[in-house]
Amino acid sequence: MAIAALSFYVFAFITLFAAVNVIFARNPVHSVLFLILSFFSSAGLFVLMGAEFLAMVLVIVYVGAVAVLFLFVVMMLDVEAVASRKGLARYASVGGLVGGLLLVELVLIVGGRVGGLPTNTAAPALPIPDMAVRTNTQALGDVLYTDYVVLFQTAGMILLVAMVGAIVLTLRKRSGVKRQNIQKQTLRTIDEAVELKKVEPGSGL
Amino acid sequence: MSTARAISQIFLWELVKGLGLTLKYMFFKKRVTINYPYEKGALSPRFRGEHALRRYPTGEERCIACKLCEAICPAQAITIEAEPREDGQRRTTRYDIDMTKCIYCGFCQEACPVDAIVQGPNFEFATETREELYYNKDKLLANGDRWETEIAQNIALDAAYR
Amino acid sequence: MVDIVKFLINPFGTMLGGILMLLVPILIGVAYYTYAERRVIAAAQLRKGPNVVGPFGLLQPFADAVKLLFKETIVPSGSSRLVFILAPMLTFVLAMVAWAVIPVGEGGWFAEGPWVIADINVGVLYLFAISSMGVYGIIMAGWASNSKYPFIGALRSAAQMVSYEVSMGLIIVSIIVCVGSFNLADVVRAQQGLWYIIPHFPLFIVFFISILAETNRAPFDLPEGESEIVAGFFLEYSSMSFALFFLGEYANMLLMCAITTVLFLGGWYAPFDVAWLTWIPGVVWFVLKVCVLAFVFLWVRATVPRYRYDQLMRLGWKIFLPFTLFWVIATAGVLVAFGWLPNA
Repeated sequence: MAIAALSFYVFAFITLFAAVNVIFARNPVHSVLFLILSFFSSAGLFVLMGAEFLAMVLVIVYVGAVAVLFLFVVMMLDVEAVASRKGLARYASVGGLVGGLLLVELVLIVGGRVGGLPTNTAAPALPIPDMAVRTNTQALGDVLYTDYVVLFQTAGMILLVAMVGAIVLTLRKRSGVKRQNIQKQTLRTIDEAVELKKVEPGSGL
Repeated sequence: MSTARAISQIFLWELVKGLGLTLKYMFFKKRVTINYPYEKGALSPRFRGEHALRRYPTGEERCIACKLCEAICPAQAITIEAEPREDGQRRTTRYDIDMTKCIYCGFCQEACPVDAIVQGPNFEFATETREELYYNKDKLLANGDRWETEIAQNIALDAAYR
Repeated sequence: MVDIVKFLINPFGTMLGGILMLLVPILIGVAYYTYAERRVIAAAQLRKGPNVVGPFGLLQPFADAVKLLFKETIVPSGSSRLVFILAPMLTFVLAMVAWAVIPVGEGGWFAEGPWVIADINVGVLYLFAISSMGVYGIIMAGWASNSKYPFIGALRSAAQMVSYEVSMGLIIVSIIVCVGSFNLADVVRAQQGLWYIIPHFPLFIVFFISILAETNRAPFDLPEGESEIVAGFFLEYSSMSFALFFLGEYANMLLMCAITTVLFLGGWYAPFDVAWLTWIPGVVWFVLKVCVLAFVFLWVRATVPRYRYDQLMRLGWKIFLPFTLFWVIATAGVLVAFGWLPNA
């Protein structure tokens, strides 16, 4: 148990440390790297909670795919740290407002849990199945594909629409571009490609 | 025809054929490389390796300090100084070849009227310092003494074509 | 004292013992894989390969390691020093930690369950997560070097690895649908009698090609394409940090071979259920299968030329992705239609 507690504090500390550094790192690439570290240690926290499936999916999706694209963009943009501070004063008020709202909400939720404020009790928590009987992957599937199947599928549809939209918006048909038709190339035979002619000396073709 | 091609494409037949070829080379072909320091390949009699100054069978050095080699050397790697010897014969007092400059074209050998400067069959004269590659007359004569058998044989073999 | 005895008798029972028993052979295997590569490629090109250091050149990997150890580590000026040093470590560590969930055998005299360090429920996902993180070592190296060739190499490799992971994921889904568990030992147990390479043969080919791309091996070694971008992402590396990249790459190759063995070649099972074959311990079969696959890696490298980058992307997105997606649906359909679904 002591090891579990120790790991919790280690992961929690790394998560917070990395999250703070995402904001305060001078170099944007370092920021993204810290973001990845914070994803990764959150995955560690998930594992400690017994939610291995979520942990692995977090790593696969966010660390393995999403953050790679972040890093890609940030690496190529070559953001100037000084230039990005230019609009600081202008956006400080809006940012502060949004941040403050978030803080108040968080305090209310956490404070509600601790202080006994009324929380949403309309939807009773589903019984958590015994880990020995049902692994959390299966338990997750049980819930996702029964009670929440409509929501789950809707979320999937929205993502699909977003993807199609992104492709439609970025797809450009340019004229005059020579494209390679690999199928056509590989299906070409020697009979179509090569013509042998008997050339008489001195006469040319 | 096209169905056969389609099938061969689906089953990646060309890829399999290529893999089969490498496998054949891997297991059934004889190795073409030799174990170099222990085994050596054949050299042509015309091979242009390390330079040597030859002597006549009497022990007299062949070089008469005509400086034709110095004149023809395109890399200007050869430096010769000459004086009459005590017996009045014209001989070199200094015969240096800068082996780091030499391009091994073999012109010196061709220019020499008395077959004194030759390029022998030795190609393993790597050194640890540059200075060792500035050959002087003693070094060249020593080379000639060391490789005389091979050099004489090579000249004899090539004589028919000159 | 009891612990030591327990450790000696049952090394897989203790964490440290298991790690040692797995990592030491793997590191030696990786060292000899570099040697094997040089010999196999040499054989295909009718050369001899390293044969001087030790009998048949068997000490060559150690000679190379000593040489690299004693060289100077050069950190380019203008590089991001910490990231630069961290990148090869990350690559190497990721190539090593993934082995924690690979079951190399089962039963026998010193372990009741499968021979694995961490017999976790989500083993397949763990492997996939670790291999998807492998790209960071390369990106970090390419970016931190502050040099254009490594940067281009890193970009190429990142795009390539992310692309091929998609179809690898779908292949893994097909297998998992057949097994009904994410546990790798269960994946192997489900193949007793019928290895998945037989019903899923096309998938095996696609998976093998994908792992070639995933490990940046020929014919997909564009990230380190010597003729265009010098050495790719590890161009600026020298000494031990280079060695770590090198070892990480080869450890990754062996790891991918092990994953293929687990997913398609029936892990530790003998090819036929015959007494004299099953008498040979499972771990021997496992190692044998990994060796065969590792040989195919080298064999492919000796045979095919490098892909062009757009062709690589075409293969990944336009051929492998639709094909694997189709196969997932087909597999699921067949399983449901015939009522073969596991844990139904």
